[in-house]
Amino acid sequence: MASEQVTGAGPPRVPLYNDPKVRSVVYQIVLAAAVALLVYGAVTNAADHLQKAHIASGFGFWNQTAGFDISQTLIAYTSSASTYGRAFWVGLLNTLLVAGLGIVLATILGFIIGVARLSTNWIVARAATGYVETIRNIPLLLQLLFWYNAVLKALPNIRDSLVLPGGVYLNNRGLMVPKPQALAGFVWVEIAFAVGIVGSIALGVWARRRQMQTGRHVPVVWIGLALVVGLPLVALFATGVPLHFDIPQAGRFNITGGVDLQPEFVALLLGLSIYTAAFIAEVVRAGILAVARGQAEAAYSLGLKPGPTLRLIVIPQAMRVIVPPLTNQYLNLIKNSSLAVAIGYPDLVQIFTGTVLNQTGQAVEVVAITMLVYLTISLVTSFAMNLYNRRVALVER
Amino acid sequence: MTMAEGDLAVTEFRFVQSQYLTAQPPPARMTGALAWVRANLLSTPFNIALTVVVLALVVWILYGVIGFLLVDAVWTGSDRTACLMSTVHHEVGACWPFVKDRLAYFTYGSYPIPQRWRVDLFFALLAVGVGWLLWLRAPRRDLGMVYFFIVLPVVSFILLHGFAAIGLPVVDTVLWGGVLVTIVLASVGIVVSLPIGIVLALGRRSRMPIVRFSSSVFIEFVRGVPLITVLFMASVMLPLFVPQQYEPDKLLRAMIGIALFASAYMAEVVRAGLQAIPKGQYEGAMAVGLNYPLMMRFIILPQALRVTIPNIVNTYIGLFKDTSLVTIIGIFDLLNTVEVSRVDPKWATPVTSTTGYAVAAMFYLVFCYGMSRYARATEARLRQGDKR
Repeated sequence: MASEQVTGAGPPRVPLYNDPKVRSVVYQIVLAAAVALLVYGAVTNAADHLQKAHIASGFGFWNQTAGFDISQTLIAYTSSASTYGRAFWVGLLNTLLVAGLGIVLATILGFIIGVARLSTNWIVARAATGYVETIRNIPLLLQLLFWYNAVLKALPNIRDSLVLPGGVYLNNRGLMVPKPQALAGFVWVEIAFAVGIVGSIALGVWARRRQMQTGRHVPVVWIGLALVVGLPLVALFATGVPLHFDIPQAGRFNITGGVDLQPEFVALLLGLSIYTAAFIAEVVRAGILAVARGQAEAAYSLGLKPGPTLRLIVIPQAMRVIVPPLTNQYLNLIKNSSLAVAIGYPDLVQIFTGTVLNQTGQAVEVVAITMLVYLTISLVTSFAMNLYNRRVALVER
Repeated sequence: MTMAEGDLAVTEFRFVQSQYLTAQPPPARMTGALAWVRANLLSTPFNIALTVVVLALVVWILYGVIGFLLVDAVWTGSDRTACLMSTVHHEVGACWPFVKDRLAYFTYGSYPIPQRWRVDLFFALLAVGVGWLLWLRAPRRDLGMVYFFIVLPVVSFILLHGFAAIGLPVVDTVLWGGVLVTIVLASVGIVVSLPIGIVLALGRRSRMPIVRFSSSVFIEFVRGVPLITVLFMASVMLPLFVPQQYEPDKLLRAMIGIALFASAYMAEVVRAGLQAIPKGQYEGAMAVGLNYPLMMRFIILPQALRVTIPNIVNTYIGLFKDTSLVTIIGIFDLLNTVEVSRVDPKWATPVTSTTGYAVAAMFYLVFCYGMSRYARATEARLRQGDKR
């Protein structure tokens, strides 16, 4: 072997098969070849299968007429004229709607329960623990089916609707609520709202600078709230309440008017929020516990009251620990919204991977598009949360 | 009698107490149940209000749950009429005769009745394996590993699927169902995901760019999409990717989907464990001349896996719950058998659905809560080991 002939200075020659560099190159070539072979085999097999089944691959189906109905559409959609592509957008918007609302509700509920778990009030802490332990350990799908089949579908039918105050009807076809409709002068309220938001942002910037220079504190939150809520209210009444409420009317067989929140939507929103809130509660609890006790004690000894201590000392530090796992929970909620397919809420998976796939048979394209959409949503969400995380993260020297 | 200098000095002063005072009992308001209630429930007006509201809520929920499951429940009967309001003349709770009638179906699915002893034997073998591994002071835990990860899968497959040569008739997987399928899917996921997850995690931390890239792409891709799309892919696209004569069994496809999904999550858990190992451990191992496999096998992985046991168990809990999703692709796991039974005309009543869901919920709750307790106990044990 080569190594035996080496004499004199220089590192001993290693046999080729023991050279780490050569080895790593060989390993990688083998891996790449294996992956390529796998992909090649899959593609040829798939082409073979599709040819036998007489399915033309490609995205030609995108512009074909869909021909099926969708029960909840945020954009115009008709079964006779709209295309599969349109159906895709309808499903995507429905997914985003339920995921967005679910994130808001789950965050609110999760923070409340997370704080409640740390409460000094025994029964509050116990109840919160019971909530978390129960909800976390039951599959989401089971909870969704329970809300949908056992709770919402068991409500009285439309003729015996439960009538709630304010023209709200609850029955097994959903929750019918009054629908506000803007009249001519409503634009002033919107302008006032925009002005309120811009004003409170400006106020925040000014107040921060003032506090830095003079040390004097301005109650930004309250003034800002007054601007954002108060200004539109003033505008609303100044223009004579240009709002019309389309109140649901109980007819003989049906309820007309208003907004009909479908049971599928309500069940999915309820199930997602309640389930994810249990996980967010654990994240929040861990975050608050991660802030050293001395921080709050030091704040008290400086003379800060409990409110400002929580707001200025504890929460900013807890957020650093909370944000990364919170991002994961948001992503989980978005991905879990795909369970809509089990209860028939027309989300992306139900419309696209369900109906469109069955009608067109384009399994590869449809599943690939669906996965790509979820990947994109995941990446965008984690990018946005990373931006926020960078703001709250510890600035180290 | 000799007295210490100090004692002498003290006794000379009249105003110094020379006897011990007897301890007085603490004020009644500071101890006992009443004081506990004062401190923990009624310390401030806000707390009082909170206590009242939450207590009312808890009582309301417990009243509803206990009322449904026990008080108003129907205990005997042979079909749906027993659980109708017109029969019992009061609010109807859980319909237990339905569960009694369907319990075998919930457990075995449509597995042939004369062959069900095989399923029971499988449950027993699995219980032995799980007990062996979880009981930390059990004898020969290394053998337990071999038993659980190698012997058990082979034996279970022969036992459940059948092997005509030794007189066990083949039972097609379409007949499997209920708890059996749930446990089989979860066990396959548990047994397969850890080794694949370790390989993927090592691959992601590898210095070879192609290895690192392929591992990262796989992990991020699978973690970025919902499990249901992975299951759809496994059940719809997998048959397209293999030659026609090898078309995989439906249950096998679901297993592949779940195992791949769980592996990606497991990889991230293991990677976190690997990152927690100080660099000195790697350097030390290399310095004593261990090559990569030996270093991983004897130095790094034992430490990394030890610190991640709680997270691994948490991933297993998620996996266990996620097996319920196979209901959507038409496999008869526990949840799907409940779904089918609750609309069965023989038993369909307004309370049947809730009864069925309650049974399934209790099953998952017991298993998942048990696992999370175990994870927490292990965590506490590990923390104890780190204390100096």
